[in-house]
Amino acid sequence: MQWMSRLPRRAWLLIGYAAAAAALFSAPLYLNDFRLNLLAKCLAFAIVALGLDLLWGYTGILSLGHGVFFGLGAYAMAMHLKLAAGGSRIPDFMGWMGLTKLPWFWEPFKSFAFAAAMGLILPSALALLLGFFTFRNRIRGVYFTILTQALVIITVTLFVGQQAYTGGTNGLTGYTKLFGYSLTSGTAKTMAYLATAAALLAAFAVCRYLVNSRFGKVLRAIRDGENRTRFLGYDPAYYQMAVFAVSAGLAGLAGMLFVLHVGIISPTMMAIVPSIELVLLVAIGGRGTLIGAVIGAILLTQAKSQLSASYPDFWLFLLGALFIVVTVFMPGGIVGLIRQARQAILRRRSENEITLDSIVPKSNGVV
Amino acid sequence: MEIWISQLFNGLSVSSILLLIALGLAVTFGLMRVINMAHGEFIMIGAYGAYMTQQIFKSTLPKSLFDAYFPVALLASFVLAFAIGYLLEVTLIRFLYGRPLDSLLATWGVGLMLQQLARTIFGAPNVAVSSPTWLDGGWALIPGVVLPYKRLFIIALVAFCLFAMYLYIYRSNAGRRMRAVMQNRDMAACLGISTRRVDAFTFAIGSGIAGIAGCALTLIGPIGPSIGTYYIVDAFMVVVLGGVGKLVGTVAGALGIGVFNTLFEWWTDASLGKVLVFLCIVAFLQWKPMGMFAVRSRSLDG
Amino acid sequence: MRKVGWLKGFAMVLAASLVLAGCGGDKNNEAGGASATGSPSASESGAAASGDKIKVGILHSLSGTMSISEVTVKNSELMAIKEINAKGGVLGKQIEAVVEDGASDWPTFAEKARKLLSEDKVATVFGGWTSASRKAMLPVFEELNGLLWYPVQYEGMESSPNIFYTGATTNQQIVPSIDFLLEQGKKKVFLLGSDYVFPRTANKIIKAQLAANGGETVAEEYTPLGHTDYTTIIAKIKEAKPDVVYNTLNGDSNVAFFKQLKDAGITSADLMTVSVSIAEEEVKGIGAEYLTGHLVAWDYFQTTDTPENKVFVESFKKEYGEDSVTSDPMEAGYVAVYLWAAAVEKAGSFEVDKVKEAAKGIEFNAPEGKVTIDGDNQHIYKTVRIGEIKEDGQIVELWNSGGPVKPDPYLATYEWAKGLSE
Repeated sequence: MQWMSRLPRRAWLLIGYAAAAAALFSAPLYLNDFRLNLLAKCLAFAIVALGLDLLWGYTGILSLGHGVFFGLGAYAMAMHLKLAAGGSRIPDFMGWMGLTKLPWFWEPFKSFAFAAAMGLILPSALALLLGFFTFRNRIRGVYFTILTQALVIITVTLFVGQQAYTGGTNGLTGYTKLFGYSLTSGTAKTMAYLATAAALLAAFAVCRYLVNSRFGKVLRAIRDGENRTRFLGYDPAYYQMAVFAVSAGLAGLAGMLFVLHVGIISPTMMAIVPSIELVLLVAIGGRGTLIGAVIGAILLTQAKSQLSASYPDFWLFLLGALFIVVTVFMPGGIVGLIRQARQAILRRRSENEITLDSIVPKSNGVV
Repeated sequence: MEIWISQLFNGLSVSSILLLIALGLAVTFGLMRVINMAHGEFIMIGAYGAYMTQQIFKSTLPKSLFDAYFPVALLASFVLAFAIGYLLEVTLIRFLYGRPLDSLLATWGVGLMLQQLARTIFGAPNVAVSSPTWLDGGWALIPGVVLPYKRLFIIALVAFCLFAMYLYIYRSNAGRRMRAVMQNRDMAACLGISTRRVDAFTFAIGSGIAGIAGCALTLIGPIGPSIGTYYIVDAFMVVVLGGVGKLVGTVAGALGIGVFNTLFEWWTDASLGKVLVFLCIVAFLQWKPMGMFAVRSRSLDG
Repeated sequence: MRKVGWLKGFAMVLAASLVLAGCGGDKNNEAGGASATGSPSASESGAAASGDKIKVGILHSLSGTMSISEVTVKNSELMAIKEINAKGGVLGKQIEAVVEDGASDWPTFAEKARKLLSEDKVATVFGGWTSASRKAMLPVFEELNGLLWYPVQYEGMESSPNIFYTGATTNQQIVPSIDFLLEQGKKKVFLLGSDYVFPRTANKIIKAQLAANGGETVAEEYTPLGHTDYTTIIAKIKEAKPDVVYNTLNGDSNVAFFKQLKDAGITSADLMTVSVSIAEEEVKGIGAEYLTGHLVAWDYFQTTDTPENKVFVESFKKEYGEDSVTSDPMEAGYVAVYLWAAAVEKAGSFEVDKVKEAAKGIEFNAPEGKVTIDGDNQHIYKTVRIGEIKEDGQIVELWNSGGPVKPDPYLATYEWAKGLSE
């Protein structure tokens, strides 16, 4: 099998990616409805994880509030779906709260294009705003993280309180149609799944491009030494704002797709605990590596679904232990472990080679 | 008129509770730059410590002695939280110095495990703690304004803890070592101070104060596995607002948030009040990014 | 570094083995005497009735914040299943419960509901607690034509063809309690609630009812879920001087509120409160000394005086411990299982449409009194009760509606409610 080791690493990577893409796209053929739905959820979380990885793994900014951006994208899509399901009547929860006609800011969501655009733009705009008020004042590190938690509380409280406009804690649910097609049919679900898989691949491609570009290099410079980057003439604040906005946009995209599969969005999904679990996805997979984010997201979401079924009482213990183990012992995540393993194998192999060749030199007889 | 006085007292009382919760966090965060997301769970540990003390008193001692359980509970909560904090520091936090973001995540995991542990041991529903009878009732300042003894007690407790911390940090040898390690770890180590021991002790003290807070909170609030989550974000806000490294900053932060929260809540409602307070904090941080009373140093990173 | 590497490897192996174990054993279940079977067979159609067993699903939050309330409902449902199995099961088959955990997370509820219906092929599901969990499950049940029995009091305004509601709707809990207060001469009402859908919707109804009947809404205050500082609210209450506080706070907020109310020197003699989210279980967590004399509105108390209730309470205590208490939602879950069994026996089949048809008008002698399924809206007739909390933590009935009240989730029969629903 000597030709296998002669192939450049690049070729292996491409083969790996092609195989993964093929597996993803052919999933509807061999997975039943329930499992396909679950996989679609995993893929949506993978998109958020990609954005978080850009922010945390490559720029060193930890945001514990990405649930907000995820939720904003989800609400945008949910508003459109709710209006599509209701036809010309106003949504049911509005009627119970005493509204007689649709509020003005709900009107434009009747158009899918507007809703989709809002799902991307709204989170990014909010991120830009928050970034403007924090990064430019050199608020970073732990302080920034705590501020993102404050953002979560503010948003959740507002969404819960404005029940007439947002559905409150019941959230938005009861969707039936998209583009006029029924959402409950098998083909609609398959289409939604394929759309999610395509979005993931697109997001991955965009992230990889960003990371390999000059922008990505500056990001890594900011992560490794923000002051030095500043001394070199770059203004880290703008780069931080930009990457924050990009990651928020990705989270919004994921939210939009998530809502298609799950059928409900409520403020609890934007809250502190889900936001922190999003970070765990990246931590487990491997921060600073894009594929790690995807792997971590898929693995953890599947594990959560399986394990909370088998061990409901112990699931929280496991989750906590996972947090601890991953941050203390496996900072590189699963991908990091694989890399270390491979390096160890390579080192051992090259050690063997050294032992054979260099210790016993080929001499011409003089001992 | 009565409203003003009672609301002023309410603001003071809320501030005192915030201070009690945030004091431990200020110690660990301020002096060691370790974010302890499990701080809320230490409060929960203190609350359950009070519960267990109460159960022991109920089952083994005569009824007349029951009221004495509370001082014992305070001590027990402190010791319990201190021990668990010490254990935590030695086994986990030690590896995380210099990595604040990682310590955040790891301690969040610890918090989850502690919560689930409490659920397994005590059950998920809330447990009831009866407050001692000598704290019942209130002080009728003027007709119409009743200042509950429990809240006065908490204010006194906070003042006592603050004083004790001040004495410890600024007037004792151990405190001097703590300040030395905080200001320049390497130099302190060169001078022969065991930074490991100082760190462990500091973290344990911070956790112990959280335990006391938990015990005091049984007087006025629920006792269950998830009560830590109610207080953790407020505690962080106090520390971030007040500035890291000085006790007076924490006091100022707690006062500011407590009074403004009560004010806003009176004008609007509880939800909106909280939102407004947080917005004000973000606005304030624009002006002073390092908090109200920050320790200034020459280094660029503050 | 060797040591750390070894530790890492061990951690990986542990994690991997757990994941594999989780993948392999797909379900867990604890039923009164049933064993675990984990085989999702996609080829079966209809309910998974294999041999002499029939599967039903139980979907509650067994972990997370809502588990406080839901675990006891799961327990009473399991007890009902055990009792029915002991009497020979339903249609000759033993009931096997597949228990799933909603984990206080609404998408998880939807996901587990889908799993129960499409993979485990259960005949029916008993579950849900918050309205959000029910609303998350609703589309799944309507899409897959499943059957859900929802045992909790809620805000009404819903009657899905695939859900049977055995908990009280608003006209079986809130509306009669307001009538009771007005009769007692308490006209000025201070509305205090947690900020979520149930209190907001309930308060809209109460305001309309008060306005139409000569009462007055003095104030309407909401606090976020998990709020624990009520000093300002109590100050507002003192200033507003109402006759009664209608309390729709939930969970831990109730503990804080009542403790601080007593601290402020206000007892039930000074100011009456009526609560709709405090049952026997919550009284244990708050402490009866803070609640003595305050009122609650439910359809069932542990002290309810029917022969069926005596048996119910005794069996529950025997099964789950002498310290256990029974509450309204637990009883509603218990009743739901028996109602389903009765409907199946009458229909002679497990198929959802036949069971729904047969369920109309079914009566059952429940611990709360006689209940009947209302075929129009799939709710049940329930007797409304108002009780007072006593020092021993039990709730004693002060007033009841004289007989079961017909459910009216859309409040169509009330003149003053005309503007409330679409």
